[in-house]
Amino acid sequence: MPKDFGIGASSKRREDARFLTGNGRYTDDINIHGQAYVHFLRSEVAHGNLKSVNVDAAAASPGVIRVFTGADFAEVGGLPCGWQVTDRHGEPMKEPPHPVLAQGKVRHVGDPIAAVVAETAAEARDAAEAIEVEIEELPAVIDMQAALDGGPLVHDDLETNLCYDWGFVEENKEQVDAAISNAPHVTRLELTNNRLIPNAMEPRVAVGDYNPSNDESTLYTTSQNPHVIRLLMGAFVLSIPEHKLRVVAPDVGGGFGSKIFHYAEEAFCTFASRQLKRAVKWTASRSESFMSDAHGRDHRTVIELALDNDGKFLAIRTSTLANMGAYLSTFSTSVPTWLHGTLMAGNYTTPLVYVNVKAVFTNTVPVDAYRGAGRPEATFQLERVIDKAARELSLDPVELRRRNFIKPEQFPYATPVALEYDTGNYHATMDKLEEIAGLEGFAARAEMSRADGKLRGLGVNCYIEACGIAPSNLVGQLGARAGLYESATVRVNATGSVTVMTGCHSHGQSHETTFPQVVSEMLGIAEDQVHIQHGDTASTPMGMGTYGSRSIAVGGSAMLRATEKIIAKARKIAAHLMEASEEDIEFVDGVFKVAGTDKETAWGDVCLAAYVPHNYPLSELEPGLEETAFYDPANFTFPAGAYACEVEVDPETGKVDICSFAAADDFGNVINPMIVDGQVHGGIAQGVGQALLENAAYDSDGQLLTGSYMDYAMPRADDLPSFTVDHSCQTPCTHNPLGVKGCGEAGAIGSPPAVVNAVIDALARGGHQVDHIDMPLSPYRVWEAINA
Amino acid sequence: MVEINMTVNGQQRSGSVEGRTLLSDFLRDQLKLTGTHVGCDTSQCGACVIHADGVAVKACAIFAWEADGAEITTIEGMAEADGSMSPIQQAFQDYHGLQCGFCTPGMVMSAAALLKENPDPTEAEIRDYLEGNICRCTGYHNIVKAIQAAAAA
Repeated sequence: MPKDFGIGASSKRREDARFLTGNGRYTDDINIHGQAYVHFLRSEVAHGNLKSVNVDAAAASPGVIRVFTGADFAEVGGLPCGWQVTDRHGEPMKEPPHPVLAQGKVRHVGDPIAAVVAETAAEARDAAEAIEVEIEELPAVIDMQAALDGGPLVHDDLETNLCYDWGFVEENKEQVDAAISNAPHVTRLELTNNRLIPNAMEPRVAVGDYNPSNDESTLYTTSQNPHVIRLLMGAFVLSIPEHKLRVVAPDVGGGFGSKIFHYAEEAFCTFASRQLKRAVKWTASRSESFMSDAHGRDHRTVIELALDNDGKFLAIRTSTLANMGAYLSTFSTSVPTWLHGTLMAGNYTTPLVYVNVKAVFTNTVPVDAYRGAGRPEATFQLERVIDKAARELSLDPVELRRRNFIKPEQFPYATPVALEYDTGNYHATMDKLEEIAGLEGFAARAEMSRADGKLRGLGVNCYIEACGIAPSNLVGQLGARAGLYESATVRVNATGSVTVMTGCHSHGQSHETTFPQVVSEMLGIAEDQVHIQHGDTASTPMGMGTYGSRSIAVGGSAMLRATEKIIAKARKIAAHLMEASEEDIEFVDGVFKVAGTDKETAWGDVCLAAYVPHNYPLSELEPGLEETAFYDPANFTFPAGAYACEVEVDPETGKVDICSFAAADDFGNVINPMIVDGQVHGGIAQGVGQALLENAAYDSDGQLLTGSYMDYAMPRADDLPSFTVDHSCQTPCTHNPLGVKGCGEAGAIGSPPAVVNAVIDALARGGHQVDHIDMPLSPYRVWEAINA
Repeated sequence: MVEINMTVNGQQRSGSVEGRTLLSDFLRDQLKLTGTHVGCDTSQCGACVIHADGVAVKACAIFAWEADGAEITTIEGMAEADGSMSPIQQAFQDYHGLQCGFCTPGMVMSAAALLKENPDPTEAEIRDYLEGNICRCTGYHNIVKAIQAAAAA
């Protein structure tokens, strides 16, 4: 029987009331009295020496207040990188400066050179056209291998384009090499994880607002983590102490990682508003988003999988080039390393793994975390090479995976790449997948397709991810320059309603609905009596925000701990009110009872007593009912599952149609099944988009060829089928109090290999033995593979 | 500057705009109807869809002066007279047809236009009609379900 409230209920979203009526309050909806508008002049070339920037004509244009250039930021810090990676030889990564406005050089198309602040947005835009920029164009380096092979230097001072050469686990390298040399069978695959542009539907916006009366700055920004922005911008860029800096991220229209990072435009608007003593607003056009939002993925990998004659995995060795772009974005360096290398064991018992990653500077937009961040890259190469191995060994790809699964009785399971999976049951999710995807009927469907002149293929794969990011002491050892706990303050109001202030941020994840479900369950009060406040550093405790499928696992756990403190204090108050011993107090469905008696006190009476403490143990207990908890996870969480995709390929044109897509996930306990389904749907759509449609393409001069929705193929409604999703296989997380694992990234991680495996399978069934096609599998690429 | 008058959500509204002012900017900046969103600059994403004289239009794709004299409906005008959500809006909530909410106003306006043209669309017809509305959150699955439910309501 489905629940109708609390944990496990598909409660309808309270956010929807405002979003469906036009009453959402996104950053661009915020206008400060007297605000000015900024337009950024961006580099049109990928690489060049900035010889001169003449702003005289622009400064004299109508409505212009001031024109800023890199020189205005000479005394201001650069944008920091939040994660220091140490390379194979114990050396720190190369960390070049990242100025707010270009200084001396431009390094990618879109690099901001100057900023015009004017009375209106149109005047700022017009005046920017009058800026005279002289750039000595230099050859651009776009290809990663060319960048390493003596290509032009993106940062002259570094004398190399290599950011780091990372090995993991370095001590295992010789053993892995030996295992691969001696293995009866080695499957090798070279593949690209294509560069993507996140494309949250709301373009980025920043409004800086300086208040001279108290010397305080407020930044309204499209961020997934306002506290992180306050810390990075205040401490590292503008030297504004935290108590003088407030960051507000109101309703945010999607993030997918791209709104984690601290961007130049945020620092600029905050800086300029202090200089000009008036608010300064920037709203990105979509064209600007394409060339200034951090991109995602962009790995080139060689993976080798060694197997014995029974198909047991013996060792994995990978070698990856990871594109950093022109500068290090906030978490860019962690993505190809700790968020990628640690997942290379997958769902399998492979005893030996070695991962090498060379991170490379190129004259392209910075690359950073995008939905899944490192874990899709790991999953894709692993699940593709397994499929290829199955084909080479004439084994069923599902059977090959099952032979190598970590078995349920092996948990907790320590992988050779430093993770300890707490729980999982990979046979169970595969069983569930076979059921919901109707795999037994595939042969008949393939026959029907063949009769129709189409090639039908089936792709199946598994995935595992490390979520609930992250134990602070561990990530600190790995180079993170931040803690990754989460926080919550639970404020019980005098009449019994509850306000929860969380450091997490909701930009589509539905926290305003799901978080109250947990508190409602714990306190026995109606969900609508619980309100969630987020997104404002002035009213929420320091927290690290929302990414890495961490909100309910880490933020929800903080909220649970704070609520437990509330209950503990409320029991003492109830005991006093009923003149009973605290040990005898039971708290059931929102009512405090004295065990073994008919005495009881309602939740509301206890709350009122806390704030009107006339009859109250004041000598022993403070009045009020408000508690804060910080929760630092003991481990990552490990959602896992199995996905199946069926495609039809038109052999005449190479066009791929997705016929069906099924996902069987294990997210541990689930708070709101409806919302979890929605998260998986969205993730699959992004994964299918990566596999079939999306690609951020540069030409050899560094011009972004896919700079708008005319050229960058976003998945649209008619590109996708309806999905079959299931999360009934649940092995609860053992180390967080809710037993939850997180669900936000799974779809994007698990789906690309399913699509590619399906297309390769379809071609094979049509007699075309193709090892691999790089994503996106456009009709042209598929047609080429068929006709090779 | 051009003086313009139009009916917006049943009210007479007027303003003074530059020739280049887009209808979406006029609605958002001058009329403060910020429910109409702007998600791109190439008339592709559909977040700004409104109804002009009963027809679904991308408000970023026409100048404000072109709407002079028109009858405009925006997302703010979609609720029932008593302020409750219309069947389409309610179906989007019931079927979880939105996450971040940014594309949602355009989706609702397009869905309303579709159901006016075709009160009982198939799934394929719905997907085809939404070709000009991009959603990055939902994978469209629940948007399609919501529109099917609204059609049946």
